[in-house]
Amino acid sequence: MPAVTETIETVQAVTDSGYKWGFETDIEMEFAPKGLNEDIVRFISAKKNEPAWLLEWRLRAFALWKTMAEPRWAAVKYPPIDYQDAYYYAAPTQKVKPKSLDEVDPELLKTYAKLGIPLREQEILAGVEGAGDTPAEGRMPIAVDAVFDSVSVATSYKDRLAKDGIIFCAISEAVQEHPELVRKYLGTVVPQGDNFFAALNSAVFTDGSFVYIPKGVRCPMELSTYFRINAKSTGQFERTLIIADEGSHVSYLEGCTAPMRDENQLHAAVVELVAMDDATIKYSTVQNWYPGDAEGKGGIYNFVTKRGACRGARSKISWTQVETGSAITWKYPSCILQGEDSVGEFYSVAITNNYQQADTGTKMFHIGPRTKSTIVSKGISAGHGQNTYRGLVRIGAKATGARNFTQCDSLLIGDLCGAHTVPYIENRCATAKVEHEATTSRIAEDQLFYCRQRGLTQEDAVGLIVNGFCREVLKELPMEFAVEAQKLLQISLEGSVG
Amino acid sequence: MTAATQTGAAGFLARYEGLKDHLPGARKPWLNALRADAAAQFAARGFPTRRVEQWKYTDLAPLAQAGFAEPLTMVDGTIALPPALAAHRAVFVDGRFRADLSALDGLACRATGLAQQLADAEPHLGALARPDSEPLAALNTMLFEDGLFLDVPAGVDGGLLELVSVAVDPGRPFAFHPRHLLRLGAGARLTLIETAIGGGACLHNPVFEVDVAEGATLTHGRMLQEAATVFHLSTIYARIAAEGTYDNFTVAAGPRLTRNEIHAALTGPRAACHMNGAQMAAEGQHVDTTTSLDHAAPDCASRQTYKTVLAGRSRGVFQGKILVRREAQKTDGYQMNQALLLSEDAEIDSKPQLEIYADDVKCSHGATVGALDPDSLFYLRARGIPEAQAKAMLVEAFLHEAVETVTDDTLRGALTRALDAWWARQGAAA
Repeated sequence: MPAVTETIETVQAVTDSGYKWGFETDIEMEFAPKGLNEDIVRFISAKKNEPAWLLEWRLRAFALWKTMAEPRWAAVKYPPIDYQDAYYYAAPTQKVKPKSLDEVDPELLKTYAKLGIPLREQEILAGVEGAGDTPAEGRMPIAVDAVFDSVSVATSYKDRLAKDGIIFCAISEAVQEHPELVRKYLGTVVPQGDNFFAALNSAVFTDGSFVYIPKGVRCPMELSTYFRINAKSTGQFERTLIIADEGSHVSYLEGCTAPMRDENQLHAAVVELVAMDDATIKYSTVQNWYPGDAEGKGGIYNFVTKRGACRGARSKISWTQVETGSAITWKYPSCILQGEDSVGEFYSVAITNNYQQADTGTKMFHIGPRTKSTIVSKGISAGHGQNTYRGLVRIGAKATGARNFTQCDSLLIGDLCGAHTVPYIENRCATAKVEHEATTSRIAEDQLFYCRQRGLTQEDAVGLIVNGFCREVLKELPMEFAVEAQKLLQISLEGSVG
Repeated sequence: MTAATQTGAAGFLARYEGLKDHLPGARKPWLNALRADAAAQFAARGFPTRRVEQWKYTDLAPLAQAGFAEPLTMVDGTIALPPALAAHRAVFVDGRFRADLSALDGLACRATGLAQQLADAEPHLGALARPDSEPLAALNTMLFEDGLFLDVPAGVDGGLLELVSVAVDPGRPFAFHPRHLLRLGAGARLTLIETAIGGGACLHNPVFEVDVAEGATLTHGRMLQEAATVFHLSTIYARIAAEGTYDNFTVAAGPRLTRNEIHAALTGPRAACHMNGAQMAAEGQHVDTTTSLDHAAPDCASRQTYKTVLAGRSRGVFQGKILVRREAQKTDGYQMNQALLLSEDAEIDSKPQLEIYADDVKCSHGATVGALDPDSLFYLRARGIPEAQAKAMLVEAFLHEAVETVTDDTLRGALTRALDAWWARQGAAA
């Protein structure tokens, strides 16, 4: 059974709010001074021992950021963010490689245990010498990259993957080891000046994952990154870059949690995907950042730019996201369908409970002929939650025979929440076909009655119905994540019914 | 006229300054204040640009850069009017009521020029189309001279009334801003058939304030068929009280640029609003339907079906928003917009939008965009129907769906003829 799932079951009762990842790890950390200026950008770059071109790239991003204004068009409300009142670099200070788990900072180990990462992976992640890359017994191997605040702390199964020529490592490591690849692709999908948060990320990104799948290789295991914001007053700015060369295939999972705090913390990540001819990238996210308490205090501001470029013919990029956490989610994973016959997919479940706000959706840019896209979005609002689907389907003049199908369904639980749908459809090609459907409703009384009659509690009945509502999306998730996501949906809706 | 040399918003403001002491109601302080307020709003906001979300897809730059003058003198001579559809009609030439051309004797309700009824209009004018609502409504308020004042008393069935608007080309760019006040008392009924024709380089900027009281029903059919030199920007504000119904059917086919903007608010339980329409554009034309429906009371229903057909180098826009407020439980909202692209140079932009704050609701919207279905064409061709005729059948079938729900035979006939006339013109052009 996947570790994450076990944790959910066992730790469920620990915290009263239902958020089980709210602990804070008291670990020795190194911080850069608070605030944001050119020196901090230089500090981060120096800390990472980066080449000059990357520092210049960062500085250009910072210069652009200073000229930009925070986007205000999303249907989310939050007080102004003081960008000078945060740490832009925080890292665990451990220096020497430990010999066994006993020497590893026990707090770090506790964190892994609480997050549900089993011992064997813990050793690998903690960097114990000789731990090797053998998976724990009876489990399908999943290669994990763990990012703790600003830095990638460990990556497992690197050697096994290297046999196939696959590069899976922290992006800071990739800058050292494979600078030509990073330089070739970094910022080509999400340029530095793309938007306010992407510019901020480009200036101060500290770590993230880098994946390169060579020509014709089918990645033998799921790749996964685990993101954790731990330290107080930090922002997390990770940057992920995945390149799937001709004919390759990769499935990538992303998970995230953060401690419970009264203050809001900023998470501004950038993810760039590049798929060449006949390549497939499947990117799955279970986003479970701390959502704030029942009164809407605290929680993560999740302002993320994710975009994939289907550069090659017949390439495919598929985004699947389950968004249950964060006080505010601002996120539009997109596909640029350049290659002919390329395919973009977006499957999303977004839940807002208590005072959570989500403004999320996708953009599908059809450029090449016969490009296809599918969008399935399920929004669930409960408590005072506000949930917005915002999406764009743009068909260019040359995208002959392009095809899009969009379905956005919203479910309302309680009369204080809101569900909104804002799709934009722009078509310049007569032979393209675009279809869009959206519905909004609440859980039907007869469905609830049916379940209650068969002995289910009100909460279980709602959980069952919600899972059914989201089924089309959940079935797109890799198995390990699907189980976790189902539980998360139920936990996220706790206290919203009855 | 030196003012006419000024363009865009500045030109209109300059003419307002020049005309304000001569506009109808210039001696009424309340109206002067209303116009001054609107002028201040328009001065501050100007013509909306594409940076304004609601104008993202429709560019008013050609309009904002042109200079228009208000027609200062009455048009003499014979005016060509369309054949009568009903026994009663109110005729407006360049936005001015023409009793001599109208036929209103024996109408069961009051219908006349607004300029003569300003005293009665005072409590209602600007109540729904406030100076601060939309810049175009502000422009209208600032400069309107006349319009239809319609008052159907409670319980009265006003029958069928035609509203004919004719623009007569004076040979230079001109603008008129009619203000129409339509009021239906409790349980009243009326079917209004509106036809807009005429030509010249002109801006026709009508604003409607529609007030439907408890249990009243207003059916409002519109045929916007001006020449391909006209900018037609109409804005309708409708308020529908409990159990009232406002049905709007619009056929937009003709002007260079048409903006059909409707704001409807359902303010009492069991009120209903139906907004349907077909908009067509050919070479160089732009059609835009923008609706916003405010469900502010429980148990209300709204239905929208809009069809767009684009030929040549043309552009179509549909923006539709349904807002369901917290108190509007048991809302039933439906919206469908479909577009047919007949040419490779056409562009359609569509933005259906739901904003929902009540949980016990049933709301849905759908949008489709595509070319004529090749399978359907093949089916018809296989049965020996020539291609042109097969196409015509499919386009007709597509368009007619928008007016299928019209129950009044006269209105449905007129709308259908307007649709068919457009298609016949396309055939003639091709």
